[in-house]
Amino acid sequence: MTPLLSVRDLRVGFGSDPVANEVVRGVSFDLAAGQTLGIVGESGSGKSVTALSINRLVDFGGGRITSGSIMLQRADGTALDVTGANEHALRHVRGRDVGMIFQEPMTSLNPVHTIGAQIEEALRINRGLRGQAARNGALAMLDRVRIPDAKSRMGYYPHQLSGGMRQRVMIAMALASSPRLLIADEPTTALDVTVQAQIMALLAELRDETGMAMIFITHDIGLVAGIADRIMVMQSGLVVEQGDTATVLDTPQHDYTRHLLSAVPHFTAGRATRTDSPRTEDSDPVITVDDLVVRFSIGRGLFGSKGAVHAVDGVDFDLMPGETLGIVGESGSGKSTTARAVLDLNARKRGQITVRSSRSRRPIQMVFQDPFASLNPRLNVEALLAEPAIANGQHKDEALRERMKFLLNRVGLPEDALTRYPHQFSGGQRQRLCIARALMLNPEVVVLDEAVSALDVSVQAKVLDLLIDLQREFGLAYLFISHDMAVVERIAHRIAVMFAGQIVEIGAAQAVLSDPQHSYTKRLISAVPAVERRNQHFAIDTTQVPSLLRPVGYEPPKAQWRQAGPDHHVRLEAVS
Amino acid sequence: MTYLAKRLLTFPLILLGVSVLVFLSIRLIPGDAITAMLGTEAGMLTPDQRASLAAYFGIDKPIWSQYLSWLGGLFQGDLGISKIYAKPVMTVILERFPLTLELALLSMVIALTIGVPLGVLAATRNGRPSDLGVRLLAMIGQSTPSFVLGVLIIFVLSVYFGFVPAMGTFTPLFQDPLANLGQLIFPAITLGFAFAASVTRISRSAMLDVLSEDYVRTARAKGVSTMSVVWHHALPNALIPVVTLSGVEFGYLLGGAVIVEQIFALPGLGRLVLDAIGQRDYALVQGTVLFIAFNFLVVNLLVDLAYAVLDPRIRLGGR
Repeated sequence: MTPLLSVRDLRVGFGSDPVANEVVRGVSFDLAAGQTLGIVGESGSGKSVTALSINRLVDFGGGRITSGSIMLQRADGTALDVTGANEHALRHVRGRDVGMIFQEPMTSLNPVHTIGAQIEEALRINRGLRGQAARNGALAMLDRVRIPDAKSRMGYYPHQLSGGMRQRVMIAMALASSPRLLIADEPTTALDVTVQAQIMALLAELRDETGMAMIFITHDIGLVAGIADRIMVMQSGLVVEQGDTATVLDTPQHDYTRHLLSAVPHFTAGRATRTDSPRTEDSDPVITVDDLVVRFSIGRGLFGSKGAVHAVDGVDFDLMPGETLGIVGESGSGKSTTARAVLDLNARKRGQITVRSSRSRRPIQMVFQDPFASLNPRLNVEALLAEPAIANGQHKDEALRERMKFLLNRVGLPEDALTRYPHQFSGGQRQRLCIARALMLNPEVVVLDEAVSALDVSVQAKVLDLLIDLQREFGLAYLFISHDMAVVERIAHRIAVMFAGQIVEIGAAQAVLSDPQHSYTKRLISAVPAVERRNQHFAIDTTQVPSLLRPVGYEPPKAQWRQAGPDHHVRLEAVS
Repeated sequence: MTYLAKRLLTFPLILLGVSVLVFLSIRLIPGDAITAMLGTEAGMLTPDQRASLAAYFGIDKPIWSQYLSWLGGLFQGDLGISKIYAKPVMTVILERFPLTLELALLSMVIALTIGVPLGVLAATRNGRPSDLGVRLLAMIGQSTPSFVLGVLIIFVLSVYFGFVPAMGTFTPLFQDPLANLGQLIFPAITLGFAFAASVTRISRSAMLDVLSEDYVRTARAKGVSTMSVVWHHALPNALIPVVTLSGVEFGYLLGGAVIVEQIFALPGLGRLVLDAIGQRDYALVQGTVLFIAFNFLVVNLLVDLAYAVLDPRIRLGGR
């Protein structure tokens, strides 16, 4: 039997001389009907370009297929070589034969058309439905991707829906045309982990229902383990390894696959936590946060405030010297707001933040998420590193220059980096620069807000190792904010789980991750993909995060805590 | 709706500010109304005669008192009497306004019907010869002064076609549409040419941005035809800057187009203001400028409403 899709020696280049600027350099694979292929690789590996070549969307991004063939079995039994097809033929391939969903649900839907109209359009073009039939079809699709109250959501615009909902709409739109192949390009990367689990569950279920084939592209090898029949690993435009999921994961042949499996943080439910806890009975915390409350009032105007968003509501924790407290939670849980409040970057409504410092006038420093946006592109490294010192009244003298060189060396950058500019560094190197900058004033606490989230997985591991080394060397305490449980597991001594502006569980990392007590922590941990969890079927769970908008003057009830272990506290849940 | 109410509440405040500025600035210009009116003969006036003339026109009192009495009239719908035309200011303005409004509307229609399609065409053919051609044309359009184009048009019309547009007096649209269009279409083309060039440039760059958006890729992945991707998915998202630009340009045109009015000898608002300033017809200058400012505010409001129609995120609120 001929495969649904057969790619042979595919080469794709960009720019005015595509042969010289090849991004995909000879990729071959087959995909049978109903099969799922996972393509794994880091940014720049050519995995997305390979996928975009299958429906020739790569043409619109400035790419050109320079050689090779892509044979696609069409619904009528004929085979089409996509590489040589004209635009008219391709229009029928797109949507009808090959559906696609993309990474960014926030920007992938047209903001000026209702979601109903966007799904109807797919039905109209590819299935010939008109008027009421198209409307009914769109409604049925929304029901199928389990959008609650689908009938009224038909008239919604994309901006009125959450990220997870938008990704469901994307899936509904792609599946409305009943494609025989669905390409999913990092469909869950921009989503929270519990939402990711929901989308993965939905994709697996719809695939089984329709019998379509799927190409699932991701940088997260743990995620494909749960859904793919076969895995193809790509690096620098080449396929380094492909085979059955079990074979590739259990007996990887290529060094790079082994590296992805071993060096990259994978979640192990508390088995990889650190054991060097600096917390002792008689040490004093460097930071104590007591009843921190941050609110953003909204609708302020002529008629007074309509209420407030309770971003952070009664958060308590302390941080010992040399300790890492990981704050985990999903977007909107208040973890970044907490971090910013600790640095006084947010005005707080109330709460006490006590800092005991012995060695620095500026004991708390911060490293942000996006290393591209947090370095001024017009300043060279010397100016960037000197800035915190100058802002603190020091002069750019020989001692300062010595410290810059020392720190650059310490974070693994060459000394001659001083005269260079941020754009001359890679993402990982820039994040090292940000770390060096944060250490210029010899702080005792560094707040790391999603500091490794924007980095490629293998770079992530190296930066995490660097952070742990620096922590030991300089006795730093870290407040490490992340949505990524695998990363937090590697670096945190203690973990605080935040949900809806409150800490729901806090304690030793090992205890919290291996024996979660609060229902939210359990849900969060069970949603984290892992290499061991193969073809696991997630239950579809549509629990929504509660609204944080409260009326004026609302105060939450006092938290009740339960001790679950020597260093493990769980907030009691309201019985409803 | 509350938004609209809030905007309307700011109108009187802005107009008040404009009125103070105009009132003061026209009086800061050297020379006075009596000298301007009588010319060299003003030198022969005795101080007594001068004072009684000043009292007659109400310009002998302190400025703040002049302002307050003018403002008082304004609240009763009275903009004062024009000295030059010896008619109520409102009547003079309303005689001139239909021409200016029609000229501005015609220019905008020309600009949008030429500019938007050309901009879209150039964006979809980015970098190809047709794009370069459109960009060159737009550059020429923006850099050709209106007096050059206007004179050129009159020259070509009269020398090669033996046609001279009616000058001096204005034929209203409803009186004789053909004569009216024959009179206004050429000045409108003169104004619309540069306007169209700006619209072309801005719609081209807005379309280029939108065509690289993720949702355009999504539409293509669905199998939407190129025509529909461009006109149905991309263009509505690219119109906001076009509307902004058109609003500003249209607002300016409502203030009159002095040079083009001069070339085609049209009695529009632009020449009215110019004459009024030259003759120190204080009441007329104040009234006309206030009227122009009011028009600008209305146009801005319409632009904001157009945003809401174009973009559901503005209409419905949200992130």
